[in-house]
Amino acid sequence: MSSETGDVRAPARGGFSLSLNDPGVRSLVYQVLVVGGVVLVGWFLISNTLDNLARRSIATGFDFLSREASFGIGESLIDYHPRDSYGYAFLVGVLNTLKVAVIGVVLATIIGTVVGIARLSSNWLVAKLASAYVEIVRNVPPLLQLFFWYAVVTESMPPVRQALNPLPGIYLSQRGLWFPVPAADPVWGAMGIALLVGIVAAFVMRRWAAARQARTGQPFPTVLATLGLVLGLPLLVYLGGGAPTDMDVPQLAGFNFRGGMTISPEFFAILTGLVIYTAGFIAEVVRSGILAVNWGQTEAARSLGLPGGQTLRLVVLPQALRVIVPPLTSQYLNLTKNSSLALAIGYPDLVSIANTMINQTGQAIEGVALIMGTYLTISLAISVFMNWYNKRIALVER
Amino acid sequence: MKKGLLAAAAAVALSVAASGAAHAGPTLDAIKKRGFIQCGVNTGLAGFGNPDSAGNWTGLDVDFCRAFAVALFGDAGKIKFTPLSAQQRFPALQSGEVDVLSRNTTWTLTRDTSVGLNFAPVTYYDGQGFMVPKSLGVTSAKDLGGATVCVQSGTTTELNLADYFRANNLQYNPVVIESVDEVNAAYFAGRCDVYTTDASGLAGTRAAVAPNPDDHVILPEVISKEPLAPAVRHGDDQWFDIVKWTVYATVQAEEKGITSKNVDEFLASKDPDVLRLLGVSAGMGAALGLDEKWAYNVIKTIGNYGEIYERNVGVNTPLKLERGLNALWSNGGLMYSMPFR
Repeated sequence: MSSETGDVRAPARGGFSLSLNDPGVRSLVYQVLVVGGVVLVGWFLISNTLDNLARRSIATGFDFLSREASFGIGESLIDYHPRDSYGYAFLVGVLNTLKVAVIGVVLATIIGTVVGIARLSSNWLVAKLASAYVEIVRNVPPLLQLFFWYAVVTESMPPVRQALNPLPGIYLSQRGLWFPVPAADPVWGAMGIALLVGIVAAFVMRRWAAARQARTGQPFPTVLATLGLVLGLPLLVYLGGGAPTDMDVPQLAGFNFRGGMTISPEFFAILTGLVIYTAGFIAEVVRSGILAVNWGQTEAARSLGLPGGQTLRLVVLPQALRVIVPPLTSQYLNLTKNSSLALAIGYPDLVSIANTMINQTGQAIEGVALIMGTYLTISLAISVFMNWYNKRIALVER
Repeated sequence: MKKGLLAAAAAVALSVAASGAAHAGPTLDAIKKRGFIQCGVNTGLAGFGNPDSAGNWTGLDVDFCRAFAVALFGDAGKIKFTPLSAQQRFPALQSGEVDVLSRNTTWTLTRDTSVGLNFAPVTYYDGQGFMVPKSLGVTSAKDLGGATVCVQSGTTTELNLADYFRANNLQYNPVVIESVDEVNAAYFAGRCDVYTTDASGLAGTRAAVAPNPDDHVILPEVISKEPLAPAVRHGDDQWFDIVKWTVYATVQAEEKGITSKNVDEFLASKDPDVLRLLGVSAGMGAALGLDEKWAYNVIKTIGNYGEIYERNVGVNTPLKLERGLNALWSNGGLMYSMPFR
């Protein structure tokens, strides 16, 4: 309505004042001014930067990503060799960061939930221990915690030649933890496929069971059936494949252990530090979520005759999750971003590798842009997933 | 709208480093206006750039910073030291945070070109070496296959290490840490079998940081050329000339036998070369845009190259480094000054 009158009258009166009195036009003008200002500032900064770089004849552009990296990386999920490109080296760093983030998020959620519930426990000692844990880890800077965990391994563990051997094949020294893994065999690949099939089958089974219960009221032992499908299928494949028992056991050879799997002190320190630190925050998120559910809900569930476990699972948690998930998302983001502290203790995360790249090529702006772009992508992906999850579990009011 | 703001924020962050210097004049004008030189030095490397407990900086790199201040202002105190990590050093110089980088920096082609630096003459010819605990019984770097190697991030060291093991077809496992203190701690705690950096740095670390210096040996192999030189950024040739010829002046003085103690006697010398260097015959100072006494002042306050070397890293210091490649060309080394005429 208002814009229509504005359109009709503006040319007739020829005045600007009427348009500016029109809230629609006014907001449009302001928005155009702000966008224009932002674009102008952005253009100024970018052109100024490029101009400065050109004047000092500093190379620009991302061409360097395809050049040979020619530096070594301590640990990698994919095969890496110094003759690979900078781009590939950066990918190694991204995967190392994701490794910490994924494992860290899972462990921090488990520990955080346990501690959060423990803090509400009626057992005095358990509740106080949980409180002490939360207060200590939340109030010590994460970088110091990383140094602490790194020092725990490198200073308190024995040298590699006197490695502790708590169980056959397992060695613990200041170089990290070595443990045996099953020797390569095609059966392991087949078991992985069986596990995936089992998970899908369990999912289908649960939907069927829920539909049946809704229709007939008959409960189905879903927990047992899920376990049977997820664990049983791979076990059948294992037995069918001849049940190989050969192990790849670490052996001390030369300077280090060879064979088996290893967890480096750097990975241990960054993972433990971040998990312990973030779990402190998650514990508080979980506690506040549970406390947000009115006690009357529990009483109502009990008066309906639901046992304790079902009260928690069917009544309290669905309402608590509504409160828990949004702050939990920001804790996941924090953990992921804090993994950049890995640089300080020598874990080759994406910042560490990008820093080496910057130093070898001198292209700091491109390198920093890569780091920022990657963190932004990872963080947005976590956000999108958690927002989807949040919507899914949101209470549908009827 | 949100996107626009995000892009703007990103652009601000990206160009902060460069925009600071955008409106300043050439480096030399900025220094004169400010009244002192900003010199980028190591955060702590014995013999090269190291603050003592009272906050006084000592070292070979540090003395050259002071020499630049003396040449320009006639006063060794007109200097501000900015300690820089290996990773901070180039952005700091590029952005104008420091005017000159005197921080055991290796002169390489890419640094000279795409990083946008100009290197003054080499002040220390170094090479990368390996240090191992004596108890390992290793006598040659060729025996290091499979070893865990501690190395500081953001240095040519990291690349030489990879090249050396590739060339010799050996496996290794790098532990790359940013701060030199943390690298030292990791090596001396036993996290690594080997510590690698420039041989001078190994000597310095062994002398200053090792709980017991005799427990560690430096292997004989030197796996790279590490010419360490002061650097300035592109864009101010006069400032580059001053830095370059200040280094040459210390070398020329040693060649002529001029020291901080006897420099006054040489003012009455018969050698025209010496008279030009010390500014008795005018011309050299004017050509550089400096006081004619610039080189005299440098030699009088800081000393010649030999004095700087012996004072900071020579055989009578904890580093116990022989002159080697750093002797004068006339003594079988590589130190050679271009002619002062």
